[in-house]
Amino acid sequence: MGKHALRYGILAYLALLLVVPVAIVAFRTFQHGVSPVWDALSTSNAVSAIELSLLITVIAVPINVGFGIGTGWLIARRKMPLPWLVNAVINIPFAMSPVVIGLAVFVLYGRGGWIGTFLFAHNIPVLFTWKAMVVATVFVSLPFVVREIVPVLEELGTEPEQAAEVLGASAFQGFWRVTLPAIRWAVVYGTILTVARALGEYGAVNLVSSNIVGSGLTLPLYVGNRVNQFDPTAAYSAGLLLAVISLLILVGMTSFSSRRRATKEA
Amino acid sequence: MAVAPPRPRVVPRPVLVGLGPGVSMLYLSLLVGLPVAAMVGQSAHVSAWSALLHDPQARSVLAFTLLVALGVAVINTITGVALAWVLVRDDFPGKSVVNSLIDLPFALPTIVASLVLLALYGPNSPIGVDIAGTRVAVLVALLFVTLPFVTRAVQPVLLTLERDVEDAAACLGARPWTIFRRIILPAIRAAALTGASLAFARALGEFGSVVLIGGNLPHTEIASQLIFNDVQNDAPQTAAAVGVTLIAIALVLFIALTLVTRRWMRNG
Amino acid sequence: MSIEVRNVSKSFGEFHALRDVSVDILPGQLTAVLGPSGGGKSTLLRIIAGLETADSGTVFIEGSDVTNVAARDRGIGFVFQHYAAFTHMTVWDNVSFGLKVAKTPKEKIRGRVNDLLKLVHLDGLADRYPSELSGGQRQRMALARALAVEPGLLLLDEPFGALDVKVRQELREWLRRLHDEVHTTTIFVTHDQEEAMEISDQIIVINDGRVEQAGTPDGLYDHPVNDFVMGFLGPVTTLGGTLVRPHDIRVSQRESAGTHAAVVERLVSLGFETRLVARPVGGGEPVTVQLTRNQIHELDLHVGDTVHLHASPGAERIAVVAAAPQPVDKAG
Repeated sequence: MGKHALRYGILAYLALLLVVPVAIVAFRTFQHGVSPVWDALSTSNAVSAIELSLLITVIAVPINVGFGIGTGWLIARRKMPLPWLVNAVINIPFAMSPVVIGLAVFVLYGRGGWIGTFLFAHNIPVLFTWKAMVVATVFVSLPFVVREIVPVLEELGTEPEQAAEVLGASAFQGFWRVTLPAIRWAVVYGTILTVARALGEYGAVNLVSSNIVGSGLTLPLYVGNRVNQFDPTAAYSAGLLLAVISLLILVGMTSFSSRRRATKEA
Repeated sequence: MAVAPPRPRVVPRPVLVGLGPGVSMLYLSLLVGLPVAAMVGQSAHVSAWSALLHDPQARSVLAFTLLVALGVAVINTITGVALAWVLVRDDFPGKSVVNSLIDLPFALPTIVASLVLLALYGPNSPIGVDIAGTRVAVLVALLFVTLPFVTRAVQPVLLTLERDVEDAAACLGARPWTIFRRIILPAIRAAALTGASLAFARALGEFGSVVLIGGNLPHTEIASQLIFNDVQNDAPQTAAAVGVTLIAIALVLFIALTLVTRRWMRNG
Repeated sequence: MSIEVRNVSKSFGEFHALRDVSVDILPGQLTAVLGPSGGGKSTLLRIIAGLETADSGTVFIEGSDVTNVAARDRGIGFVFQHYAAFTHMTVWDNVSFGLKVAKTPKEKIRGRVNDLLKLVHLDGLADRYPSELSGGQRQRMALARALAVEPGLLLLDEPFGALDVKVRQELREWLRRLHDEVHTTTIFVTHDQEEAMEISDQIIVINDGRVEQAGTPDGLYDHPVNDFVMGFLGPVTTLGGTLVRPHDIRVSQRESAGTHAAVVERLVSLGFETRLVARPVGGGEPVTVQLTRNQIHELDLHVGDTVHLHASPGAERIAVVAAAPQPVDKAG
């Protein structure tokens, strides 16, 4: 035992902090069978939360993947002005509290804010609608794709792109047929992380949401709302749905993590 | 000026070359730069800062936040290094599952983490441990969400460490603890400190994972809840002042981290 | 294709890669651009390819000014030092890439790629990925890929630099035979004088951003214009203040007019060849002399003997300008 004390100690720590709590949630959720869970997830409020989460994800993820690939390529190929500043800006969402991010969006788009003033004057509601929640989600999930692909692009080097160019490929053909396929696993990995964050974000969207049940709650917000309204069945059901999604994401992360840095693999 | 490395050239495509960085900068500044600037601008009121300074509750919240974040960083350094060690040097069935499990806190939405902890350590705890609404609960929640940072920073460094060096030290008569202190620790300290700093920064601004298990009580309140409550109480300027304080702390931390690790690298 | 480079200069920040360089490449020839690392030879090749823009100067291909023509429109093939293989494509897809982007009919692509794979001895490996090939095979694939678009000009940037000595030797002989078959105007960059001497029709020596000398391998070896070229193209030693090739020094036991007295320090037997190192009696750098084993026996030389050295009549000699130039390490 003494020889493996560290192993068992650390496994016990993991069990108490991670495994047992997650198992308890699964147990609690299905305590009374599957049908209460299904019912809890089929209420109009739960469905609306699922729909809002999907809507935000479907808009925010393509924005960050598209711009992330473009920005990552420009950074890796040293075409960005003020590279230190660009690098700092990209890391801001990781260094900032999600609540502070929500606050920043709240201040900018709120009444009297730099953009908010214009929006309120023209009667365009953004704050406390899904639009502000999309903006906050794009902010918090912005760095994932960029940070994944920049090191891979740097390792790849410029030679394959130049080789394609000398062979007559246009810049677009070179990027589409040579560069993008070479970094595809890094893009996939970054996209998975972006989806995970977009689906799971709580603090940032909370501050800019109307928090109205049935229209202003994402799935994570719905979980918090149900706990506070003493509706454990709905809370655990929605929570477990999110946990299942994150387990799938975890499986994805594990299977792609070894491939994402390899540009040389077949 | 130092000799610049030869840079590859792309044949002039005026439209693309000029437009690309422009569009990219616009994307970054509209989505990140502008909101942050707006918030910093919002905090630029004397009244906001004096309200913050003269509010004993706000002061104690900030003090508790810093303290608990520091505790999280210290505990994570110890458990994180131990975990990385077990994952790299130990071998047992199911190790790869444990290895993937480490990333669970990154994949799990923070509110679900809070729910999960509430289920085990809350009022209806199946093991009879009810810590909901205590400062310990806040610490546990923060330990949950920051678990991967130190391990994931130290693991790759441990992997590149040559076993030979440790064996050589052992042949020279060094005891395990001496080997760890003299051979391994100097190699992993920069990575461990980086991981600990990331954990500290995350703990400093964490929100979702503590809202349920911590309750919304005065003595368990942390900085992000203070911001949230200030916004709910229609005091966005005070909220912005707290936000700017958090950013300033993170900034100082990362500058210090850069200086320390750079110095270690020069000496190492 | 004939290439003319006129007064090309190129800087990277403070670093002058090329200073007012002009060269002529004759059609159908295999030309080596030879020089030490950082001397500007790769930059010259990349400017000819259109992968780099010159700060000033002009590039002509077949008499027409291509200075502002994009690399993709110059009709060239380029082989990179590190292969630049498209790692996510099979050998077949790599080689056919240029034909596909040019929208060549499928039938024609099939025939052409098959021919090329046979030419580079990769037939049978068409479905492999680059990661499943050896370094030499990857470089041959890169060559086939460059040749697929039937370039009028083939450019190779240190093509064998990343390979081990044995493979490098094989590939360089193979490149010469390939060139004799296809006759495409070819320029290759190398820092290996042996490689340049062995396979090229013409050598351009570039150092410190300037063309030191251009000409045939024999011409450069026998009549170098300066100490740098002489030192770079073969072994040199200093005798009486002049640079001489070690095999051009005659050894005699008797003193006569114009000989330099020296004491034998070492005799190194290298099989057929024996290297004699002697220290001049008047002081100065030791002199290296290349002799055959028979000559040593005939002269009955031993360490400690005093000998009298002189350069053979007709030997190329260059006065040492300042400090003695460093004999160039061939393998460098």
